[in-house]
Amino acid sequence: MNSSRQPVPHTAPQGLQLESALALLRQAGQGEPDAPTGSPAWLQAVIDRLVDLSSRDPLTGLSNRRFFELSLAREVDRVARSGESALVLMVDIDHFKRVNDSFGHAAGDLVIQAVGQALADTVRPMDLVARIGGEEFAVMMPNCPAAFGPQVADRVRHRVARSPVTLQDGRQISVTVSVGGAFAPQWVRSTPSLWMQRADLQLYRAKNSGRDRVCLEPSFMPQVSAEEKGLLFSSSTWQDLE
Amino acid sequence: MNAIATPTSGPAKLARVTAITSGKGGVGKTLVAANLAAALTRLGERVLVLDADLGLANLDVVLNLSSKCTLHDVFTGKVNLLDAVLPAPGGFSVVLAGSGMLEYSRMTPEVRDKLLDAVQQLRPRFDHILLDTGAGISDVVLYTVSLADEVLIVATPEPTSLADAYATVKVLATTQPARRMRLLVNQVQRASEGRAVRTQLQQVVDRFVNPGLPQPVQLELVGEVPLDPSVREAVQKRQLLLESLPGSEAAKSLALAAGRLIAET
Repeated sequence: MNSSRQPVPHTAPQGLQLESALALLRQAGQGEPDAPTGSPAWLQAVIDRLVDLSSRDPLTGLSNRRFFELSLAREVDRVARSGESALVLMVDIDHFKRVNDSFGHAAGDLVIQAVGQALADTVRPMDLVARIGGEEFAVMMPNCPAAFGPQVADRVRHRVARSPVTLQDGRQISVTVSVGGAFAPQWVRSTPSLWMQRADLQLYRAKNSGRDRVCLEPSFMPQVSAEEKGLLFSSSTWQDLE
Repeated sequence: MNAIATPTSGPAKLARVTAITSGKGGVGKTLVAANLAAALTRLGERVLVLDADLGLANLDVVLNLSSKCTLHDVFTGKVNLLDAVLPAPGGFSVVLAGSGMLEYSRMTPEVRDKLLDAVQQLRPRFDHILLDTGAGISDVVLYTVSLADEVLIVATPEPTSLADAYATVKVLATTQPARRMRLLVNQVQRASEGRAVRTQLQQVVDRFVNPGLPQPVQLELVGEVPLDPSVREAVQKRQLLLESLPGSEAAKSLALAAGRLIAET
């Protein structure tokens, strides 16, 4: 420890340069906190709002890549311990460059906002939707059984395709998305980046096989029917033992 | 002590590779692998156990071993494979998975190649290689099993274990080339419970799996190991059952199973 270091002030920190932080909050449509200016509560509120701001994508209001990766890391830990099934979807707007080229960047922004909204409207409250790149989104779905994966992913794709975007001049355009998905390996410690890479790989598959479709990493969960289980646990053989 | 067996002169005889898998975790797979290896060693075989549980390896725990040269170090190029071959308490050799294997919890082309290369390099040096796979039916487990000449499924009479053992047989039979599939039933509470488990599994396989296959699956029972307090005792002492309590029922049945494993090749 450096003994010459200044002690941390107990009261409101004086001499902090908060002008740009406050300007940023104002620009984001958030005013100053209600608490008395400079009080610890006020400072905490400023920090909380900055944290919130740094977790969001300004265009869509969705979570950004940074926050998504942080949440994914927590989910990886949880899945390793619980064995619960969790799905990550990568969603990419098809032929987005054409939208920008034909209708301009303002129209492109509207399309991105509309797709983000459609995604947010399709998923459960516990799911996390993020914009992780230009026209790329990601969805994390905790507690999503493998059998539901294809259905859930296709609902996302379908919803976007059914929602036309109205441009400023009143024209309507429709876009489609390609979706790639992968489940977290259960009971296994993995990493967020590996999980995203696997979903990304499926997104490339979806793109390469014609777009406007869903590709999920093949699951090795074998289908064992109720009939098979019934026979497996039928008592005849066991009774012979008695 | 040099743990690496030297290749015999003349045309190299390749080790028989057996994948030990279970579907369900916690059925005693690693314990069975370690003690079968010790029993095979006593029968004069040169045996290596490769910890292929790349996600949550624990062969080191069962054998009370630790090493600075693991499969992980081999994969990252830090050491040569042969330096990672260690002597284990029962007189056989092991390659431990090592920590940091979380990177390999999913199969990538790179891991595929490295694992295949490791098995190929080890084959000329041993008579028998046991691949201790992880729990579940992940792509890593399936790939590891695909490297083996035969499969040993470890199950217990518990319904969940039975269901997972069946699922494993079904996936392997429908996605991989036909191979000898054997069954070892662990933790049986009555004599011939193992036989009942085999019969039950075979019955469902005959009805739902075999009809679609060019070569039907016949599960062979290599042994049943009784539920025996000595197992717990040995595990807690982190010793091999065959070394610490060789007279126990479980140890005797494992020795018997090892004999059947190599009896008729």
